[in-house]
Amino acid sequence: MSNIAITDAGPSTAAKPMLTRLATGFVSRLVIIVPYLWLLFFFFIPFIIVFKISLSQSAIAMPPYTPVLDFTDGISGFFAGFRELSFDNYVWLTQDALYVKAYVTSVIIAAISTILTLLVGFPIAYGMARAPATIRPTLLMLVILPFWTSFLIRVYAWIGILKPEGLLNQLLLSLNIIDQPLIILNTYTAIFIGIVYSYLPFMVLPLYSSLEKMDYTLIEAAKDLGCPPTAAFWKITFPLSLPGVIAGCLLVFIPAVGEFVIPDLLGGSQTLMIGKTLWNEFFSNRDWPVSSAVAVILLLLLIVPIMLFQQAQARAQEEGK
Amino acid sequence: MNTTWSRFNVTSVVLGFAFLYLPIVLLVVFSFNESKLVTVWGGFSTKWYVSLFHNQGLMDAAWVTARVGVISATVATVLGTLAALTLTRYTRFRGRILFSGMVFAPLVMPEVITGLSLLLLFVAVGLDRGFFTVTLAHITLTMCFVAVVVQSRLVSFDRSLEEAAMDLGATPVKTFFQITLPVIAPAIVSGWMLAFTLSLDDLVIASFTSGPGATTLPMKIYSQVRLGVTPEINAACTILIAVVAVGVIIASVANKRREVQRQIDEQAAQRG
Repeated sequence: MSNIAITDAGPSTAAKPMLTRLATGFVSRLVIIVPYLWLLFFFFIPFIIVFKISLSQSAIAMPPYTPVLDFTDGISGFFAGFRELSFDNYVWLTQDALYVKAYVTSVIIAAISTILTLLVGFPIAYGMARAPATIRPTLLMLVILPFWTSFLIRVYAWIGILKPEGLLNQLLLSLNIIDQPLIILNTYTAIFIGIVYSYLPFMVLPLYSSLEKMDYTLIEAAKDLGCPPTAAFWKITFPLSLPGVIAGCLLVFIPAVGEFVIPDLLGGSQTLMIGKTLWNEFFSNRDWPVSSAVAVILLLLLIVPIMLFQQAQARAQEEGK
Repeated sequence: MNTTWSRFNVTSVVLGFAFLYLPIVLLVVFSFNESKLVTVWGGFSTKWYVSLFHNQGLMDAAWVTARVGVISATVATVLGTLAALTLTRYTRFRGRILFSGMVFAPLVMPEVITGLSLLLLFVAVGLDRGFFTVTLAHITLTMCFVAVVVQSRLVSFDRSLEEAAMDLGATPVKTFFQITLPVIAPAIVSGWMLAFTLSLDDLVIASFTSGPGATTLPMKIYSQVRLGVTPEINAACTILIAVVAVGVIIASVANKRREVQRQIDEQAAQRG
């Protein structure tokens, strides 16, 4: 029976009807074109619009900006529009110390939190990778699960813990470790805690997948040859986990720079971060051109890390094959 | 002996999970607090859950969120699966670098940028902000996550199965639905769930792209949190966590059962 099927199949594929081949080509093109056009229209073009509006003037109207480079006046109107372009918003951003400070603080906060997340995440990922193989899937699931619960909820949970009359202070006061409440909420410390907590799974997962693949006989060999554990860590474990370290750090750093929810809810009004500035510029001041300019500069700051991330992703995909 | 689970390893895993779970556990515990003060225990009570169901604004927001979530996750799953197929199967076409860039960038792009740029697009094309625009925004964000999940399954997919089907005369479309789709189905299901929960959770992008009459649950929770922490919000959060946890558990149990079934089938095939 099976023999007949095989001999049958040979000629039929060789003489594939023209129509089928055409249809196949059409389908495969459709597979590419549909998501491509969607992302082009909803992800790529919006950036061009942001850039365009960042060069316009704000106005009291709806939408609250004077249009530039519009095609409503035809091609000649479009080119005439070039003269109306203004870099005023960018000049304004670089001259106002507040914006410069917000950018610098955001990058510093994101960098420090990334290192803290790495320090917290590495022992967890390492412990998971060395766990008995039978419980590893469960541990993995337990790391992923918080990722499924709302970001907003997880940040909100920390307000009740960090408040001056919150649970952490209650605990420390009752144990007589401190005699007056620590002020943590509405400080940069709270932002660090919030970022480390919220982004921890993003760090642990890539670290774990690097560490799990590692050959631990290497460590034993090093030990047998008299290498102290710390040296073995820096010479073997860390270099081998480097792809995971890089992926994890980028996954934490890039979104953390533009983070809004954490600085807003845990950082209070005293802390300054660029995501919050953009939000306020948009929702409180209703200044769309300036918030667009803020977004463009933020994007320029992140373009190198984002491209590094893309490369790391592409490499991981190649290795997976 | 390859694996030695040292005391240090155990301690760091236990502490790590305590850190991850304790805040959520405390949040759930205090949703059952009698006292109006969130952080002072005043006895067990479910009154905040009762008052939650009488809060019309919150219930409306929950309904909007559920509809946005189901619609956007479904469309995003289709688009994301196509994107994953494109990424793994068509390695050479014009603009491939731009395409993979557009799939991976939204994963790390700060939400304020994505939200603002989508809003400006909707204004530019003259779409009224509301239910429809939030849904479009969520599709765009979540399809990239679906693409990554499905792609990781496709990469390890044994393509000789497809080749065999095609050699036996199946058309590529039929091969996809009969061979490829069943194999990557678990990834598609988890992609859908991921897309749904991301949509359920999103505050920033929804705030930018939503309009009057389409307030989502996170937006509602956020505006209440800004006024102060109340046990009612804890109760709302607890219900959200429960919904997601039940979904994840059902999916993983179903996955496991399918995996066991597959092994039984394989053994039967080998014996037969």
